[in-house]
Amino acid sequence: MNMSERSKTMQSLSTPNLIRKAPENFLSQEAIAQINQHGADETRRGFLRKSFMAALGSAGAVGSGLALANPQGDPAILEKQIWQTTLGKNVATEPYGTPSIYEKNLVRRESPGLTRVSAASVAFTPLQGLFGIITPNGLHFERHHQGWYNIDPNKHRLMINGLVKNEKVFTMNDLMRLPSVSRIHFIECGANTGLEWGNVAVPTVQYTHGMLSCCEFTGVPLSTLLDICGADLKKGKYILAEGGDGSGMTRTISMEMALDDVMVAWAMNGEMLRPENGFPIRLVVPGVQGVSWVKWLRRIEVGDMPYAAKDEAIHYIDLMPDGLHRQYTSIQECKSVITTPSGGQQLFDKGYYNVSGLAWSGRGKIKRVDVSFDGGNNWRTARLETPILTKALTRFNIDWVWDGSPTIMQSRAIDDTGYVQPTIRQLRAVRGTRSIYHNNAIQSWKVDTNGEVSNVQVG
Amino acid sequence: MFKSANVLMKPILVSAVVATTIFLSGTEVNAQTTPATPAASKPKPYMNMGRNATPAEVAAWDIDVRPDFKGLPAGSGSVAKGQELWEKQCASCHGTFGESNEVFTPIAGGTTKDDIKTGRVASLMSDKQPQRTTIMKVATISTLWDYVHRAMPWNAPRSLTVDETYSLVAFMLNLSEMVPDDFVLSNKNIAQVQGMMPNRNGMTQKHGLWTVKGAPDMKNTACMVNCTQHVAIGSVLPDYARNAHNNLAEQNREYGPYRGADTTKPPVAALPSAGMMMVSTASAAAPKAAGPADLFKKENCSACHAPAAKLVGPSIADVANKYKGVANAQAMLEKKVKAGGAGVWGAIPMPAQTQLSDTDNKTLVQWMLNGGK
Repeated sequence: MNMSERSKTMQSLSTPNLIRKAPENFLSQEAIAQINQHGADETRRGFLRKSFMAALGSAGAVGSGLALANPQGDPAILEKQIWQTTLGKNVATEPYGTPSIYEKNLVRRESPGLTRVSAASVAFTPLQGLFGIITPNGLHFERHHQGWYNIDPNKHRLMINGLVKNEKVFTMNDLMRLPSVSRIHFIECGANTGLEWGNVAVPTVQYTHGMLSCCEFTGVPLSTLLDICGADLKKGKYILAEGGDGSGMTRTISMEMALDDVMVAWAMNGEMLRPENGFPIRLVVPGVQGVSWVKWLRRIEVGDMPYAAKDEAIHYIDLMPDGLHRQYTSIQECKSVITTPSGGQQLFDKGYYNVSGLAWSGRGKIKRVDVSFDGGNNWRTARLETPILTKALTRFNIDWVWDGSPTIMQSRAIDDTGYVQPTIRQLRAVRGTRSIYHNNAIQSWKVDTNGEVSNVQVG
Repeated sequence: MFKSANVLMKPILVSAVVATTIFLSGTEVNAQTTPATPAASKPKPYMNMGRNATPAEVAAWDIDVRPDFKGLPAGSGSVAKGQELWEKQCASCHGTFGESNEVFTPIAGGTTKDDIKTGRVASLMSDKQPQRTTIMKVATISTLWDYVHRAMPWNAPRSLTVDETYSLVAFMLNLSEMVPDDFVLSNKNIAQVQGMMPNRNGMTQKHGLWTVKGAPDMKNTACMVNCTQHVAIGSVLPDYARNAHNNLAEQNREYGPYRGADTTKPPVAALPSAGMMMVSTASAAAPKAAGPADLFKKENCSACHAPAAKLVGPSIADVANKYKGVANAQAMLEKKVKAGGAGVWGAIPMPAQTQLSDTDNKTLVQWMLNGGK
């Protein structure tokens, strides 16, 4: 602190309405009594100094049942902290706020060795550290096919052509004037959990399930735009959505879906889309795999047959045991996963835990989630937290008191069509192990006696 | 959801009006203040938003080619011309014969003469084929044409002409032994070649994942008690992969009910107890500034150049050794990186890196000449 800062601080501290009383609970009642009786002698001062040093090197006591290392009390309470005794930072020090420095570990990550080119790769969402159902914009998973750009919104256009009365062009000025809607939906890459078809391949929920996010999207219903252009709904049974990036991502979507709940979105969680997620506009196709949510959307064509585009005729096709590829697989079926505790985490004590996870279905709402702590033999129904929305993530929680013995945890979701999330064995029996896409199997986490949680497959 | 299916069936209100970008606010006010609007004709005051596209604009953007060849431009290209282009623009990633598995999965291979007859790739029916090549998968030749024309080459998409695209597709068909060396592919004979695609009968749309109402292909039950006699663990992560995703301790919070396991070490012998967990590795250090190594990765150089091993291109160590003490090496290589080149390290050419800024180019070359330090 230089002199002028110091004097400013002194000044503000001496400003009457900024003067704060010393916190009464700074020392434990016991310590206060002792100090009152004996005074803050050298021994006691020494203790306070030492415990302050200990506090610097610790993250604080955890667990309510923890015996205190020092009978005087917790140094995090007994010692003054710097944030209690000095002036904090000004407003707008960070004009666009960022997470706490203590959150630096929770970031999007690539899976080493998964892809060889980072411009056609995946960065996974750290589900192991998230709460509720909304994914923070900076942690939304990324999947690009030929890199991403910050597209100038004043140079971006949306064209609608093909089987329409009027082939039209919309600027961002036009689109953002149209009647908008806001909807919360999950987006999951078709290849999420795809590494695990044959065997366990990755250690944590970030890599097994992290191509999954959920945001509130704001935009104009695609049906409004098709209405404006006079789409021919007799012949026009399909639309092609095309991206403005180098890969020119193209996907066929049925007109039935296009008219139902598909939207052209510009906003996500209250702000404009992030460039990695399609700024300035992307398609939102609720319940359908992420690749169809075309980013940097530049064109919609109305047509009378599917297009067999590169990402639906060479990539994103599901190989079945008989050698046939399933084409145009789109719907993300009902699925769930326990996010905490989960693979790669370390428990440090027996006792109570709130087991928490996510459930979702591309066909509707989550009706129920059951959790097993014995590898699927017995199940208990979890609490579903609100809101429970169609084609959105639903958060579930369940109490668990760990007795220290080896445990295999699973969650099993049921959606409002009555469909029950399958086991990996059931999926393999029908689809083999080479399908890559649409693995919605029940996930198993093993808790070992040493408290380490790991990814396992049962059966 | 948006109830628009019905609305769209109605006649379009302003279809005859020449659309302008000027919004007719007067119309909007009238529509909204007229209370007696019949439900059947819900006011849609936004119907004249957007403007009509010009034919030139539609032609510029409507580049997709469908399986029935709608959208395919007239033109032609030979296998020979395709091979020439391939070696210059494609081989650096895909290998001279489309066989490379270094950067992307292979293009050609895995198909037989018999597959061309049956339209089903036999090797897909067993687990023996380790990789699926593009030609093994693709059923529609229109997809190949559209893919190349739309998105290739990797770092310079949409730079190929129509005839160049025909040539490259012809070369890929030749690599797959579908057409002879002197073959010329054109919009006139492409439908015939479609009839030879080795996996043309290999796709199915009979599954429940195309539509929301599609029938699922399996049925689990919601059993609650005594559901399975025997719980056996079928698969775990092998010990050698413990740290393959880097240290998981650094991928979890350093407070709260859980830590990440320290995967740089073997698993802890026993339950740590709460006391041990109080030791925090938390550090509020600022993230490291991105250096040349990050830039190298960001610019995709690492796709072809490894620190010590030869990949598609020479290793960083080999480059540093070769130009040790060579005057002008810096300037010469900067030029080469920008313009691309071939012949120094083998037949596979280095693609031009026109996207690189001069500063980044300088940094990268300097770093490479210094052995990646």
